[in-house]
Amino acid sequence: MSAQFKNPIVRWIDHRLPIFSYLHHEAYEYMAPRNLNYWWNFGSLALFMLAAMIFTGVGLAMQYTPNSDLAFNSVERIMRDVNNGWLLRYVHMNGASMFFIVVYVHMFRGLYYGSYKPPREFLWQLGVVILLLMMATAFMGYVLPWGQMSFWGATVITNLFSAFPWIGPKIVTMLWGGFAVDNPTLNRFYALHYLLPFAIVGVVALHYLALHRFGSNNPIGIDMKGPQDWIPFHPYYTSKDLFGLGVFLIFYSVWLFWAPVALGDPDNFIPANPLSTPQHIVPEWYFLPYYAILRSIPNKLMGVIAMFGSVLVLIILPWLDRSPVRSARFRPAFRRFFWLFVCDCVVLLLVGKYPPDASWAPFSLQILSAGEAEHASGLILPLVTIGRIATFWYFAHFFIILPLLSVFERTEPLPLSIGKPVLDHERKALAEAK
Amino acid sequence: MMSKGTIFLTALAALVGIGTVLFVLADPEETHEVPRQQWSFQGVFGQYDRPALQRGFTVYRQVCSGCHSMSLLSYRQLAGIGFDENKIKQIAAEVQVPDGPNDQGEMFERPGKPFDRFKAPFANEQAARAANNGALPPDLSLIAKSRAGKGFVGHEGADYIYALLTGYTNPPPGVTVAENMHYNRAFTRGAHQIAMPPPLQDNSVTYEDGTPATLDQQARDVAQFLSWASEPHLEERHRYGIRAVLFLLIATGLAYAAKRKVWSAVH
Repeated sequence: MSAQFKNPIVRWIDHRLPIFSYLHHEAYEYMAPRNLNYWWNFGSLALFMLAAMIFTGVGLAMQYTPNSDLAFNSVERIMRDVNNGWLLRYVHMNGASMFFIVVYVHMFRGLYYGSYKPPREFLWQLGVVILLLMMATAFMGYVLPWGQMSFWGATVITNLFSAFPWIGPKIVTMLWGGFAVDNPTLNRFYALHYLLPFAIVGVVALHYLALHRFGSNNPIGIDMKGPQDWIPFHPYYTSKDLFGLGVFLIFYSVWLFWAPVALGDPDNFIPANPLSTPQHIVPEWYFLPYYAILRSIPNKLMGVIAMFGSVLVLIILPWLDRSPVRSARFRPAFRRFFWLFVCDCVVLLLVGKYPPDASWAPFSLQILSAGEAEHASGLILPLVTIGRIATFWYFAHFFIILPLLSVFERTEPLPLSIGKPVLDHERKALAEAK
Repeated sequence: MMSKGTIFLTALAALVGIGTVLFVLADPEETHEVPRQQWSFQGVFGQYDRPALQRGFTVYRQVCSGCHSMSLLSYRQLAGIGFDENKIKQIAAEVQVPDGPNDQGEMFERPGKPFDRFKAPFANEQAARAANNGALPPDLSLIAKSRAGKGFVGHEGADYIYALLTGYTNPPPGVTVAENMHYNRAFTRGAHQIAMPPPLQDNSVTYEDGTPATLDQQARDVAQFLSWASEPHLEERHRYGIRAVLFLLIATGLAYAAKRKVWSAVH
């Protein structure tokens, strides 16, 4: 822990506040598995996005006016008159989508390689808490421009809480600060939108501490056993993360500079109007799978419970999947079910995007509205049915498939160590084949 | 050697995967009501066509502004479509705007200045509705962005504006159009019945640059002007983007070289 520093000032400070020792420890003494692949880049990317959102958000807050009469125009003033305001706002607006892309990849990586398994259960659960906080923050942030979709999205989502018996209506009144979505709602959402990111920073710090207790999981999913398995974080993973950041920023730039509004809803460029409901109220893309689950269940309360349950189930995931093997590389059946689950999430996302009465014509590659479907011929699948099957499969994956796999799956033999990933008998078999 | 169960699972996963891809591909990109058009501001290097923007402004000023406000724009911003200071002062001075109170405590009217917002045709929503059979002509500041198609491949707002302005036809047989309404192919939001009467005819404006003012030309020009009004920083955005991506490509290349060098000891 105690590193020797040459610089006397550094030494003087470090003796009183061991900040340099800490950094030295994190960079050179913290050992990371040598075999992490590029899917492990998304953790540092998520941290980058959190910082980017806070910096741009503070800048926007200096120009934004949280008042239902002024909010829309204050955002447009940022877009038109504030120097580089359009850039700041587009970085923030697309940043929300980028943040969710990064976090979803980060989570699917955890699911694939079993990063939620002992001893990292708590690390995983803290991640789920971060996701929940992010969802709340993103939802409230989307309300701030006070466009049509802001207003009606806020109305639909806050109304969901009214499904809970007895306390439901009280919660809704508290969220609204009145009896409808109005100026008090906007004000409290703004306050919370500024507050919650710092709560996320706090939980991220805990996530980081929990990570450094046992170190990163790795693609093989076995523990590090000795010096042949690990390398210092710096310069190996700092250089790899920096390269990954560059690739990610190019991807981000393409959206930001050439399709900055493609991920949003055009209706949000119409000022909020409580007297006119948009034809089709949809949340932002990153909420669509949950929205599809909500709409798949006819009973409102059950729908709301299923929607929240779809995230909360991740909290108990380490106890649903009891297979001792972490990585999907050595779990042939799990690996296939994992990809089925990924497809299921994509299907849910798309089902959430379209009106509930639309249908899918798979052979003519069309989504048909209710009116069109009546006159169409050939195979027509109503999206409600697809959504229900996909919702069932989402929960079945966690509550049926994973527990059964834990018992019945025949896993493949694990390598002896990370530094020596090929088993001796495999090497022998390879030599004989040659 | 894979077991039967594994083969079955592989087949199932592949089938669902193909189904998912087909589902993604079914995403509607284009509708026959709003066909895609080519615009100069599309693409990586896209820029606005200045003469078209100026012609489009003529159409807005002489036709649209009779009913539609553009409350988010000021006259000074017309520099963005290539007007010089004198021209802007002259355009602004043609309207009377309320100001005051003066040192007598009274409100007064004065000629417009470049910093004034575009003068709205009606004092308030009620006046606008009263003059338009109860319908409210929407503000046009953001009309292009608010009528764009959804998604990365969604149509441009300009496509919609062009389709709407050229979309007035006789109703198909069997469709009755309500009183004071007009049939329009592109107006899917209101079941093809729109309160706005056909606003443009051939030669309903005269262009300063001598371009023949056909209905099609006017619709095309005003669609571009309204796209500019929605997104006045588009050209700057594209320029920044090109510089940012070039920088990032070089920086990422260097980062990759550095990473290779660092890792050469481990590999």
